[in-house]
Amino acid sequence: MNKSIIQVNQLKKDFYVGEITVHALRGINLEIKQGEFVAIMGTSGSGKSTMLNILGCLDKPTSGSYFLDGISMGELSKNELAGLRNMKLGFVFQSYNLLSRTSALENVELPLFYNPKIKSKERRERAEAALEAVGLSDRMHHMPNQLSGGQQQRVAIARSLVNDPVVILADEATGNLDTRTSFEIMALLQDLNQKGKTIVFVTHEADIAKFMTRQVVFRDGHIIREELVTNRNNAVELLKALPIDETA
Amino acid sequence: MNYLNSIKIALNALKRNKFRAFLTMLGIIIGVASVIVMLAIGQGSKKSIQDQMAGMGTNLIFAFPGGEQKGGVRMGNSDAQSMKLSDVEAIEKDCPAISDVSPEVRSSGQAVVGNQNWPTSIFGVNNKYFNIRKYTIGSGRSFTENEINTYAKVCLVGKTVVTNLFGKINPIGQTVRFGNIPLLIIGILGEKGENGMGQDQDDLIMAPYTTVQKRILAITHIQSIAASAASENLNAAAIDQLTKSLRSSHKLKDKAADDFQVRSQSEMVQTFSSISDIMTALLGAISGISLLVGGIGIMNIMYVSVTERTREIGLRLSVGGRGNDIMMQFLIESILLNVFGGIIGISLGIIATKVMSSILNWPVVITTISVVMAFLVCSAIGIFFGWYPARKAASLNPIDALRYE
Ligand SMILES: Nc1ncnc2c1ncn2[C@@H]1O[C@H](COP(=O)(O)OP(=O)(O)OP(=O)(O)O)[C@@H](O)[C@H]1O
Ligand SMILES: [Mg+2]
Repeated sequence: MNKSIIQVNQLKKDFYVGEITVHALRGINLEIKQGEFVAIMGTSGSGKSTMLNILGCLDKPTSGSYFLDGISMGELSKNELAGLRNMKLGFVFQSYNLLSRTSALENVELPLFYNPKIKSKERRERAEAALEAVGLSDRMHHMPNQLSGGQQQRVAIARSLVNDPVVILADEATGNLDTRTSFEIMALLQDLNQKGKTIVFVTHEADIAKFMTRQVVFRDGHIIREELVTNRNNAVELLKALPIDETA
Repeated sequence: MNYLNSIKIALNALKRNKFRAFLTMLGIIIGVASVIVMLAIGQGSKKSIQDQMAGMGTNLIFAFPGGEQKGGVRMGNSDAQSMKLSDVEAIEKDCPAISDVSPEVRSSGQAVVGNQNWPTSIFGVNNKYFNIRKYTIGSGRSFTENEINTYAKVCLVGKTVVTNLFGKINPIGQTVRFGNIPLLIIGILGEKGENGMGQDQDDLIMAPYTTVQKRILAITHIQSIAASAASENLNAAAIDQLTKSLRSSHKLKDKAADDFQVRSQSEMVQTFSSISDIMTALLGAISGISLLVGGIGIMNIMYVSVTERTREIGLRLSVGGRGNDIMMQFLIESILLNVFGGIIGISLGIIATKVMSSILNWPVVITTISVVMAFLVCSAIGIFFGWYPARKAASLNPIDALRYE
């Protein structure tokens, strides 16, 4: 039995916009174990991003408990949460969020700058290794505007890997990419998952969710369905099946 | 917190926007450069005034008749004839802090040689006067005791008088007429040039005071007394002793006000120095305002860039940057901008000062203090004007910052 990485009980999140209260999450119970590749699905506005942001310690729940890697999030200060994001979490955003006019290598180094224990030599080595892991060893010194969308997302994935997090959180990470490039990213993530990384991936696309091991479906702030993926797709094989000269 | 990392992060952020960083610095560069230049001009003019004053003799003390006026009311007896030679003799005896003392009588008029004439002044003095006023004997000789006692018709002439009356002819042994009295020229005064107020110090004739008193002015009193303190730090004592001596010579009662005034050169140096100090402060304040405007410019850009870089801040927070890290980044960016700008501004200011002094021939002095001050002010501005935007950046919520459109 794998150990539990994420453990959420009766998690609620309300937003107050003027007079109106938006119940974005209405009591979520969820457990994610080490080595899982979980798809969080649901229609727009169902609370997926809100959930992921709380899992990522970017936002605090209104009520409920959350344990990350055995640590209770409820009592932690702002700075402790930042430390946790730095050591235990990796983020991949839909819009890549790379620093412009900053090389791929320096972008990947970024999280390590906020870890005072890591010296510049180790920082460089780890960033190079992470870029190598996403297949971009030859693009290290390129600026984001010299890279394709897929390559930029790979840089972002390398950045999320570089601190060796216990879980990678991705929000619509393939949302801006075409089918082929999305599959390439999925192949990369499947490979990372194969090597033991726990990944939580928010998507509303059913065929993307098919690459993962488990699907959790949200609607209106509730989990309405949870199931293991039976006919799991293999991204590498699907890529081979795609016509080579596919255009747009 | 790791300051080295913070500095690296800030440097990288500045490198990403080199041109904007430069434009931001421009205000500080100009501000600092103008402070340096203005202070250099102010200090330079102060120094040149002081130098010229020193050339007139810093130990110089004058006494002349007439009580001081306070609010239009004359405080003492103002008999213009109250000073006598006996006063000078008393000072010679009574005042150990005074090394030389001379009576002074003056007259203006035309000096005539043949068909040439020249408007000038004649000074009646004793032969200690040269020392007191820092005149030298260029050639020839000074007058003797005997010549003083016999109202001898002899004189020394300044360079300007020589040029205008004799041209290239050696005037020694020649005669010059002043107020119809023929005076034998026995010496030429060494050249002194202009004084601090632009007066030609070589446009004069010096003769024994007895000669001027008896033969030219037909008076028995003296017009003023010139003295010099034995040393610069004896100035105050010298003034004190001279005042006491004159009061007792004039038989003034304890409560009576002085019927004379005493002025010292060091006092005048101080007056002029403080005038140029005021000017320096004024120039400094004006250019300080431009420095302030430069600082506000930096704050403005930093503030805008916090908004503009909200997503960057969100990203940094999401990968584990703490509020403090973000704050340090923006604060250090601001300080670096100011310090770099300050260094460039100082260099530019020094260059501009050098150029100005060599082209316009203005007296300038760059003091270490003004450079150090400019530098410190820049760092302070960096902290002061960087603080607010940095605080704003640090207070952002990670999720709000990431979502910022
Ligand atoms: N900062 C906020 N302030 C107010 N309401 C918010 C805020 N963030 C989210 N919400 C609301 O919470 C609900 C859930 O939003 P969330 O972003 O989690 O949806 P989502 O499932 O990610 O949708 P999508 O697929 O469109 O990204 C929505 O009704 C949204 O309007
Ligand atoms: Mg969303």
